[in-house]
Amino acid sequence: MNDSIQFLISGLTIGSIYAIVALGFVTIYSVTKVINLAQGEFVMLGGMTMFSLIKLGIPYFIAFLLTVVIVMAIGWLVEWAVIRKAKGADPLSLIILTIGTAIFIRGIAGMVWGKNSVKVEPFTNDVPINILGASITPQSVWVMVFMLLVVLVLYFLIEKTMLGKAFRACSVNPTAARLMAISPKKMSSLSFALSAGLGAIAGLVIAPIMFPSYDMGIMLGIKGFSASILGGLGSAPGAVIGGLLLGVIESLGAGYISSGIKDAISFGVVLMILLIRPFGLLGEKNVGKGGL
Amino acid sequence: MTSSILEIKNVSFSYGPIKALDHISFEVKKGEIVALLGANGAGKTTMLNNISGLLKPASGQIYFKNEEITKLEAEKIVEKRLILVPEHRQVFSTLSVIDNLYLGAFHHFKKTGKKEVDQDIEKIFDLFPILKERKEQLGGTLSGGQQQMLAIARAIMAKPELLLLDEPSLGLAPLIVKEVLEYVKKLRDDFGVTVLLIEQNVSASLKIADRGYVMSHGSIIKQGSSINLLDDPEIKEAFLGHTVS
Repeated sequence: MNDSIQFLISGLTIGSIYAIVALGFVTIYSVTKVINLAQGEFVMLGGMTMFSLIKLGIPYFIAFLLTVVIVMAIGWLVEWAVIRKAKGADPLSLIILTIGTAIFIRGIAGMVWGKNSVKVEPFTNDVPINILGASITPQSVWVMVFMLLVVLVLYFLIEKTMLGKAFRACSVNPTAARLMAISPKKMSSLSFALSAGLGAIAGLVIAPIMFPSYDMGIMLGIKGFSASILGGLGSAPGAVIGGLLLGVIESLGAGYISSGIKDAISFGVVLMILLIRPFGLLGEKNVGKGGL
Repeated sequence: MTSSILEIKNVSFSYGPIKALDHISFEVKKGEIVALLGANGAGKTTMLNNISGLLKPASGQIYFKNEEITKLEAEKIVEKRLILVPEHRQVFSTLSVIDNLYLGAFHHFKKTGKKEVDQDIEKIFDLFPILKERKEQLGGTLSGGQQQMLAIARAIMAKPELLLLDEPSLGLAPLIVKEVLEYVKKLRDDFGVTVLLIEQNVSASLKIADRGYVMSHGSIIKQGSSINLLDDPEIKEAFLGHTVS
């Protein structure tokens, strides 16, 4: 019993990260119809930038904010340098361009930070908390708190603000949006900056647990992408549910079966669910809805 | 004589090798309702898309309020208060009716403030009561006529000085067509909006328009006051189905 709670908690922790990464996919996809396969690199950049800033002696909280801003700027730059310049290309070519971008970013990161993992201090002290016989590190709690915060802020932004309405307008009908003075180009830049910000936050909060390295983005990107597909691509609630589910399956698989094949187990389950529901868990309602 | 709000000078446009607009010139004066008539493929929609900035003319100039807008982006032209209600309505189908209306006010929302925009929405609801009843419904779930009203209402929210209407009656029942055109006239009479509209329904549109231009194969072949155009035997034959005896 204690074991299962322990596994569940660690599953929810890593699942929260997948959920945030998946939300990043959804944000860009719903506005631009591009699946940004460099999303995992934003997560890596979040962790690594945080490491460097702290090493420079910048206070923890300021380093946190600075990291988010820097990675958002990189996201904006990626849109400007890659997606914008290839305007008119079909989404498939753009997706392949994002793979190239991911490899490029990873290569640069390998040169800047070396090939070794680094350690980032946790937000608060490292003494585990005991809940129902399971011991949880405070950082795990932080991860889940941040996931909830991200979901709340994103919900407010998309549903309640004029900017969010403009975002959704671009996603359902870009031409009509232009006729309302909403620039799809600006929204595209913004979606990249926003989802890079999400990636950075995911990277920041997971850094103390995961020991980030230059290549952590590959697996996190794939997991986040699977989570968004699992939830139904384009659906924000689906992304969150998909992420948490993937994390829990992975953790239970690692705990009860074998940690060596945890990825095989989680991807196997994803494949099975998609065979039964090809449109994902919450995808059905969102077919043609443009997401968010 | 009133000054012209929109001036088209020698505008040409091609889709690849196909010439859609061939040295078109015309003008719309402030406070007028002008109808752009013509058969399918005459270039009417292409003309409106060129004016609104969705397409860029190959040559020629377009002036709005005596300012050249030929090369401006569509988003910037909206800010000058030249608003196009596009073909097939194009409401934001997955957004609620009220969000559609808010988005109409997007370009001046910060300047105007939410309070005044909310008042404007109330005015719209007075004009189109059906939209008030359905304000929480998704745009895509409205009927064709209601979507058309929403599209026009959304354009009004943008505070237009010149409204371009691309076939507002397309696919609507004759009774609704009359209603929609009544609203268009009301817009001009009560709100002082200048209107340039495209219509297939020639007789109905000429009834509310002051003047008309007739397009064929990318050129303007005829122009005149609505009354003269309605009496023109060629127009009668071509569009109204009367034979000239």
